[in-house]
Amino acid sequence: MFETIIFFVLAGMAITSALLVISRVNPLISALWLAVCLASVAGLFATLGATFLAVLQLLVYAGAIAVLFIFVVMLIDLGPQALKMRLMSFRNVFATMATLYFGLLIFINVARFSHGDLPSNQINVTPKILGQLLLTKYAVPFELASLLLTVAVVGAVVLAKKKL
Amino acid sequence: MSIELILSFVKVLIVFMMILQLVPLLIWMERKGAAYIQDRRGPNRAALFGIFRLGGIIHSLSDAVKLMVKADFNGAYVYKPLFIIAPMIALFVATSTAAVIPFAEPLVLGKITFNLQVADLNAGLIYVFAMSSLSVYTLLLSGWASNSKYSLLGMARAAAQLISYEIAMGLSVVTLFLVAGSFRLNDIVADQGAMLFHWNAFRLPLSFIIFFTALFAEANRLPFDLPEGEAELTAGYHTEYSSMRFALFFLGEYAHMIVGSLIVTMLFFGGWHIPFVSSEFLRANTMQVIHFLWLAGIGGTFTLGAALLLWWKKRRHFWGDKRDLEHLIFAILFGALGAALALAYALFSDAVFPVWAQNLFIFLLQMKVVLIKTLFFVSVFIWVRWTLPRFRYDQLMNLGWKVMIPLGLLNVLLTGIWLLVK
Repeated sequence: MFETIIFFVLAGMAITSALLVISRVNPLISALWLAVCLASVAGLFATLGATFLAVLQLLVYAGAIAVLFIFVVMLIDLGPQALKMRLMSFRNVFATMATLYFGLLIFINVARFSHGDLPSNQINVTPKILGQLLLTKYAVPFELASLLLTVAVVGAVVLAKKKL
Repeated sequence: MSIELILSFVKVLIVFMMILQLVPLLIWMERKGAAYIQDRRGPNRAALFGIFRLGGIIHSLSDAVKLMVKADFNGAYVYKPLFIIAPMIALFVATSTAAVIPFAEPLVLGKITFNLQVADLNAGLIYVFAMSSLSVYTLLLSGWASNSKYSLLGMARAAAQLISYEIAMGLSVVTLFLVAGSFRLNDIVADQGAMLFHWNAFRLPLSFIIFFTALFAEANRLPFDLPEGEAELTAGYHTEYSSMRFALFFLGEYAHMIVGSLIVTMLFFGGWHIPFVSSEFLRANTMQVIHFLWLAGIGGTFTLGAALLLWWKKRRHFWGDKRDLEHLIFAILFGALGAALALAYALFSDAVFPVWAQNLFIFLLQMKVVLIKTLFFVSVFIWVRWTLPRFRYDQLMNLGWKVMIPLGLLNVLLTGIWLLVK
């Protein structure tokens, strides 16, 4: 009962803040709402019993990545011209269709899964199990992901520096 | 409402209030410490009923009253929603970090097991880092929403500093995970045991030094208080704040210090363990320990009362008003307390206390030990603040990136080799 209430509060927060991210005029406020969204998703993970994942979500996304966004946005000088209201235009029919499609998908999936019991609080992913999986079964994808990050970092440096 | 839910509410209240109640005491410690380091007397004027000065603690009380009744001023150009939220985040982050700290071993009262730890997470220490990484938002929001140049500069400095030192801090605790084999704070504390030289501060001294230094930077304390360097930036990110909102920043800073000291106690100084006295020994000989502490209490209160009485006799005409009575009143109070303890000892010394009372005694004793260690580290914070000068900004960044992070990596490597060889 108590957990259900918390779940709905957090889910509502996540959806509302996600909508606010794309509808706010000022990019800084958008970035802040993004942080709220990420934090409430972390809360959802916690209610499902995946505390480790929740804490990591908070540490990496809300604590580091969103802060980086905000920091960069704050350092860009945004004049009043840049802060015009962006309206949804009808030319983006494709975007509307995609939204409808995903909305339908979510609706169908919610309808299908609403009867089954979610195994909440039974998935106890301890850091130990996670670490063992990452360093044995999924070692190669794990290393590939780190390679991808390195490529991104090198690319950012190359783009940012005119003369190397 | 299940019993667990009520118990967790109680725990949250206890932990939160404990941290908040320590803050005025800390402000007093800071002022007195600063005064004695600079060869002054420090606060000693404010008095309750014209008698009780308590060595200046009353100043903290009048400070709180002052901050609450002061006008709450908003600058004309502030962005109000974020301006209001920022100080709230400061306090929220600092106090919610304390949720995973175990203050003592679980207390067994009949069927109920009471564990003074709000959440016993598997990822306990990672949670601490996650929460403290959120404290950047305080600085970012207050600096940006104030719409003032001082605040913005302070914010830019603070955010860069916090992000840099977080890495060094994270690297320094990797060795603890290697040694203890767990992220849980309970496991890390239990792994250290009661032997003094088995504590992490002695096993992994380099980790301790890096962690403690990074903690200073995270808590924005001197020598790393560039975000609010008053000589250059007035007050940095909280320049535009006044009244209770400023007080929230203040509370947040001190709560951060307390929680940081608690974490140092847990990670490096054996948590609730008394040096050389194991928990098993305590549980086996509870009655003897109670008798020992009881007698020590009688002796201590009588000595204190006598000392105060002598003090009063020597300086009884110093002020020439009611303040002279303070020492006499406290001498009488301590004497009465000692007499009551002695009387109780005479009456009940043969009685064997029931098991729940013995368990409660051990629980309180362990909590006391944690608090004493924490207050020691808080006083180190204060001592360092009034001893070392402030770093220059490039020195700060060099120390963070070019010294602490390579040292942290080396430390992980060395600890790994040590564990392999052992």
